Amino acid sequence: MTPLLQVEGIEKRYGARIGCAAVSFDLYPGEVMGIVGESGSGKSTLLNCLAGHLAPDAGKVVFDTRAEGPVDTVTMSEPERRMLSRTDWAFVHQHARDGLRMSVSAGANIGERLMAVGDRHYGSIRSRAIDWLDRVEIDESRVDDRPTSFSGGMQQRLQIARNLVTGPRLVFMDEPTGGLDVSVQARLLDLLRGLVREMGLSAIIVTHDLAVVRLLADRLMVMKDGRVVEAGLTDQVLDDPQHAYTQLLVSSVLQV
Amino acid sequence: MTRNMPIRNCWSPAFCRFEYLEKDEEMIELVDVSKSFTLHNQGSAVIPVMTGASLRVSRGECVALTGASGAGKSTLMRVIYGNYLASAGTVTVGGLNVTLAEPRQILALRRETLGYVSQFLRVVPRVPTLEVVAEPLLALGHDRQMALDRAAGLLARLNIPQRLWALSPTTFSGGEQQRVNIARGFAHDYPALLLDEPTASLDARNRETVLELIEEAKCRGAAIVGIFHDSEARQRVSDRDIDVSQFAPGLAQ
Ligand SMILES: Nc1ncnc2c1ncn2[C@@H]1O[C@H](COP(=O)(O)OP(=O)(O)OP(=O)(O)O)[C@@H](O)[C@H]1O
Ligand SMILES: Nc1ncnc2c1ncn2[C@@H]1O[C@H](COP(=O)(O)OP(=O)(O)OP(=O)(O)O)[C@@H](O)[C@H]1O
Ligand SMILES: [Mg+2]
Ligand SMILES: [Mg+2]
Repeated sequence: MTPLLQVEGIEKRYGARIGCAAVSFDLYPGEVMGIVGESGSGKSTLLNCLAGHLAPDAGKVVFDTRAEGPVDTVTMSEPERRMLSRTDWAFVHQHARDGLRMSVSAGANIGERLMAVGDRHYGSIRSRAIDWLDRVEIDESRVDDRPTSFSGGMQQRLQIARNLVTGPRLVFMDEPTGGLDVSVQARLLDLLRGLVREMGLSAIIVTHDLAVVRLLADRLMVMKDGRVVEAGLTDQVLDDPQHAYTQLLVSSVLQV
Repeated sequence: MTRNMPIRNCWSPAFCRFEYLEKDEEMIELVDVSKSFTLHNQGSAVIPVMTGASLRVSRGECVALTGASGAGKSTLMRVIYGNYLASAGTVTVGGLNVTLAEPRQILALRRETLGYVSQFLRVVPRVPTLEVVAEPLLALGHDRQMALDRAAGLLARLNIPQRLWALSPTTFSGGEQQRVNIARGFAHDYPALLLDEPTASLDARNRETVLELIEEAKCRGAAIVGIFHDSEARQRVSDRDIDVSQFAPGLAQ
């Protein structure tokens, strides 16, 4: 099997400061990988390099494209990369307002993405938007409301619908449950878990919440000071952590 | 050439799908496995748990791990499951070298080949009991109705009242949760099974059902590693007892 994503030696510096360095891994179709680590450890920097939002200073991000097979997205042209990010990738931001257009309706937020990949039929766009609202448990009657009138959890679910409607193959998520109440988080996680399985998605999820990775991720990468200190099967890394930092991380939460 | 031999302890031929098993079919094999824990944040204390642990379990065979509390029975089982990393040695399950395998290979092994009934149920909140039990079958792509029917059959056999099936097991009693855990562990006919005290906290009737499930699994050719504090249960299902104290570091050399 060809990996969906092959990451080799990714490094990003901000002046003299290391954002992330020497990160390598393969992600296979259908795999969900969690990235954990303390604040400032380079998780978002890495995710943004992988998703093409930041240009790494070194390294390759080879994506198995539908048309041409494995291609390094770091060196591909900007229009090619933008097209991939519409058709094959999705990015769920921590703050829903960074991933939504707050001035247009919920339905338009979803429909826009369909139009961006060439869907032109108004009726089908609207019915798919409504179908997706339903899948993320937002009542159909809210289709014409703006996301500004939604709760935080609803906004986050709308952002997920907007991202998944085009049937991406790889989803990047940066703290998708951050800032939400625990009960709202649980519902969102449930939803994400179902969608990831149903759609056979590959995903990379950045979070500081070990319970989230236990629930969603097949494998786990632990970062500290911009580098990967430990990686492996999620339950193995959490139950038998090898690195001092991972042991500290695991022992500082009550129970996961 | 492989030699055929009859399987042991086959209490009811009606359940036997294999009359003969190939003797050389080792499902679980440990060679010179060591395990120690290094507690980096407690003065880098090293806790050696075992060294030189070797063990082979063939199809249709049940091996019971024995030894005092803290001797390393559960640790050995978790090493086989890939939940703990072996510090040295080789663990092979169903032909896969677990010690070297990638996460996705271990997950595939757990989906298809290697079941594990841990002491405590760990489930996703909000998922109904019937789904929890059917999940291993659904993950293998089995027909949904077939999976739910099989789950219902197991829950009924384990005396979980039907009115509880639609609820999440998170609020169940300890014994109920344990039975849900067992139903889930037996939903798919895993060729290899790890059972960590499957009869603990069960009453006589449910204990009997669990022992029957184990006997049936053996009859269909499952290789089983079990931990049973209840010695009567152990004597009934175990073909061979392995005292893990013999792997205690310091004794080996
Ligand atoms: N635009 C920037 N300019 C300069 N330094 C930056 C910039 N973005 C991030 N950094 C630095 O790079 C390092 C990694 O930051 P990053 O945002 O990737 O961490 P993180 O692991 O996502 O943290 P958090 O959990 O707080 O979101 C930090 O030291 C941070 O201060
Ligand atoms: N994740 C871990 N980190 C550190 N030490 C551990 C870990 N898991 C087990 N141990 C240690 O390994 C030793 C063996 O424990 P284990 O749970 O395997 O014993 P056991 O034989 O199953 O005992 P019991 O009969 O009480 O269940 C103990 O000293 C235990 O503290
Ligand atoms: Mg961040
Ligand atoms: Mg134990």
